[in-house]
Amino acid sequence: MATALPPLVCAAPGGLAVDVGGGEPLAMIDPWRPAHLAIITHAHADHAYRGSQRYLCAQPGAGVLRARMGKDAVVEGVPYGQPLRVEGRGGAVEITFFPAGHVLGSAQVRLRVLESRFPADERTWVVTGDCNFTARETDPNPTCARFEPVRCDVLLVESTFGLPIYRWPDPREEFAGLNQWWRANAAAGRTSIVLAYGLGKAQRVLAGLDPTIGPIGVHGAVEKLIPEYKNEGVALPETVHTTQKARKGLRGVGLVVAPPGILGTAWLRGLGDSRTSMASGFMLVRGRRRWRSFDHGCVISDHADWPGLLGIVEASGAKAVGVTHGASEPLAKYLRETRGLETFTVPTRYRGEAQEVAADVEASEGE
Amino acid sequence: MRAFTGLYDALDATTATGEKLSAMASYFRAASPSDAAIAAYFLSGQRVRRTVHTRLLVGLTLETTGLPAWLVDACHAQVGDLSETIALLLPDPGKGTDASLTQVYEASIVPLATSDDAARRAIITDAWRAMDTRQRYVYHKLIRGALRVGVHKKMVVRAIAMAHGLEPAIVAVRLSGRMDTTAGWYRNVISKGAGEDVARPLPFYLAHQLDDPPGGVLGDRDRWLAEWKYDGIRAQLIVPQHGPPLLWSRGEEDISGQFPEIVAAARGLPPGLVLDGEVLGWEGEGPAPFSFLQTRLNRTARTAGQLPLFDPRRIVLRAFDVLRVDGMDLRGLPLRRRRAILESLDLPAPTIAATTPVGEPAWEGLARLRETSRKWRVEGLMLKHLDGAYGIGRTKPGDGTGWWKWKIGPMSLDAVLVMAQLGTGKRAGLYTDYTFALWHDGTLVNFAKAYSGLTQQEIERADAWIRANTLRRAGPVREVRPEQVFEIGFEGVHPSTRHKSGLAVRFPRILKWRLDKQAGEADGLAALRRMAVEGCGLHPNA
Repeated sequence: MATALPPLVCAAPGGLAVDVGGGEPLAMIDPWRPAHLAIITHAHADHAYRGSQRYLCAQPGAGVLRARMGKDAVVEGVPYGQPLRVEGRGGAVEITFFPAGHVLGSAQVRLRVLESRFPADERTWVVTGDCNFTARETDPNPTCARFEPVRCDVLLVESTFGLPIYRWPDPREEFAGLNQWWRANAAAGRTSIVLAYGLGKAQRVLAGLDPTIGPIGVHGAVEKLIPEYKNEGVALPETVHTTQKARKGLRGVGLVVAPPGILGTAWLRGLGDSRTSMASGFMLVRGRRRWRSFDHGCVISDHADWPGLLGIVEASGAKAVGVTHGASEPLAKYLRETRGLETFTVPTRYRGEAQEVAADVEASEGE
Repeated sequence: MRAFTGLYDALDATTATGEKLSAMASYFRAASPSDAAIAAYFLSGQRVRRTVHTRLLVGLTLETTGLPAWLVDACHAQVGDLSETIALLLPDPGKGTDASLTQVYEASIVPLATSDDAARRAIITDAWRAMDTRQRYVYHKLIRGALRVGVHKKMVVRAIAMAHGLEPAIVAVRLSGRMDTTAGWYRNVISKGAGEDVARPLPFYLAHQLDDPPGGVLGDRDRWLAEWKYDGIRAQLIVPQHGPPLLWSRGEEDISGQFPEIVAAARGLPPGLVLDGEVLGWEGEGPAPFSFLQTRLNRTARTAGQLPLFDPRRIVLRAFDVLRVDGMDLRGLPLRRRRAILESLDLPAPTIAATTPVGEPAWEGLARLRETSRKWRVEGLMLKHLDGAYGIGRTKPGDGTGWWKWKIGPMSLDAVLVMAQLGTGKRAGLYTDYTFALWHDGTLVNFAKAYSGLTQQEIERADAWIRANTLRRAGPVREVRPEQVFEIGFEGVHPSTRHKSGLAVRFPRILKWRLDKQAGEADGLAALRRMAVEGCGLHPNA
């Protein structure tokens, strides 16, 4: 029976190993230790670490990944849906990227064994990486490709928001609320600060803003990724880099998008009286909003909510589901009890949106 | 309900008192008198008569959502607030109800108190159907008894005064004592010349904390009255023109029923008298341990009368101020005049008596005396300017008069962090409720839980440490490696059969995270026992 064999994908000390035998993994998915071949689902800091010999990712994410891994990194982009054969000592595996709907270039990875010297796990695996899926037609994230359901035998799904309390409101209403908040601040002569992770969330916020309200400023960590988005054809409003000189034009009327790490630092100097909003799915919970005394919370997430996660599992047709990071145990137990699926939890270092709420040093290094 | 939910959100969105006040004031200005009365009632921290039991609400949630109980528990642990958890879980949040707060109160809150469980479920389900997520959340807060939105009665008083152009002092008096939820009551509160009900307590005057030696801050000793600061319950005794005397706590709760001996002793006092003082246990010439008073707290009138026979201890009121005589308001008089009047009263000693001032003539001598406070079972000294009037709340008069509490430092011990639990409310999702232990025969024995005392950064650091150093998990509780030492402060120690250590401490809080100490260097249970012996006459073998 196939399940008695070592699984094709398993949690290893340095990341998720793709292993068909032969003494060493064929590749690592999102490794946090250097690997000879790193398959990257997306370029967030908890999924993409420097130091691997070679990186594979979905083609639209290659530019962003290169920007983050340094100019010497070997980064190879593969178009969505195009199978790639990867060979190692133990055999060969087919790897295909599919859109994950999380951020620009984010991908689910489908894997299956093509050849193997040893008896191998013949099941088709899908590793979702961070993903966002919603059945709602009105909910496109204009800054990346929409999540595409992929059939498989084993699904490894993230669960940042794997509790039924998380059901996202309509993003159009959230953005309307954010724009209204900005308008009220500008009318009262206050600068609006929106905290959003530098890659993905920041650009999604930018795409949702109404540029007729006032000028829009961006932190350096956001600024440096904007060209990569424009190269991929994503439409973003006109922005200015929030240099000391540019602050004068933003003060009292503008809106500044910056990573959460700037909170409580001197970076805000020169922006005058300001109000702060945090853009995160965690803002749905009052305690998370109050903890850092955000003035406003914008419930915008690049991760699937509870109905989205259940939808992903169902659409995959998988009989076995591994759950990683966030509330992994409740989701696994729920799928086991109500859907009769074989489930397991996968310990990883991925933190999902938690890093967006925590002070993010990496992202604020831009200035 | 829409306007009140909006007010709740506005109050929740800011920590600035000024913004909270103006949000409330604009609500009170626009609301109908009955909506305003209900809002003032709940914002002041008043509760509905029979609150809805958690079990009923959770059971109804399970039925409505079809989710398993363990999953609702997991959500609750994540959110840290049951009202919010349920609001987030309920299906089909609609566009919300346009019914007024009064309509919701009368249809979906008041009937809960007189209904059986089946009827209560129907009422709640109906209410849910009409409301959106935010309204459901606020509704849960109202029926479960605590709004907790960073507002207290004094702020409500100021907001009502702001909204209707009234003197805060007048509104304060009118809001003292029992509040009502009717339009008539609210009209009375905001009326320009309604008579003040003399059976209600006057606003209490509160003291500021004195941290520095008084000599430099307060000036000449002879302008100040010094008294022992008793560790009891601050209370106002009111002898009305008609009816029995009333005892009110600082929380403006009628505690007459808990202390019948004081009410009985006050029966002979002249009507129109109002005394301010401290209710405390008394033994011989001085205070009894606080634990004696504690056995009498929150008793109903019926059980309070059942005192043990032959107990040499008694409950007394030590009066330190007089606010009214024969219905005449004395609060504007300087303290030296009020004090003279107090001392001239014929009070039924020993149950009711005036405090004895501490006569020590120099600050230095007073400071030495203060160091002996624990021996006398007092918390330190009170210093009151002899020329000062009796103010309202914790206001600081500009003329340098006022009241100061000059407390002795807390007792403290170094203890080991052994368990942590997820916090609630603002601290949801973080491990902020800690259990500490002391050494005893080579093992750690739990002795106190503490929630406060760390900075935000320290809390985040502790949270990360706890997550990385968990030995075992049981629901929301994590047992952690016994490595981190914290200095725990507390106000007193007394015997307890409910604690493993055999002792319970009062007001435990974290003074300092002792990163410089190893677990082995923490204190032992023996040190706590010694404090108990010194502090409240506990036998060393207890």
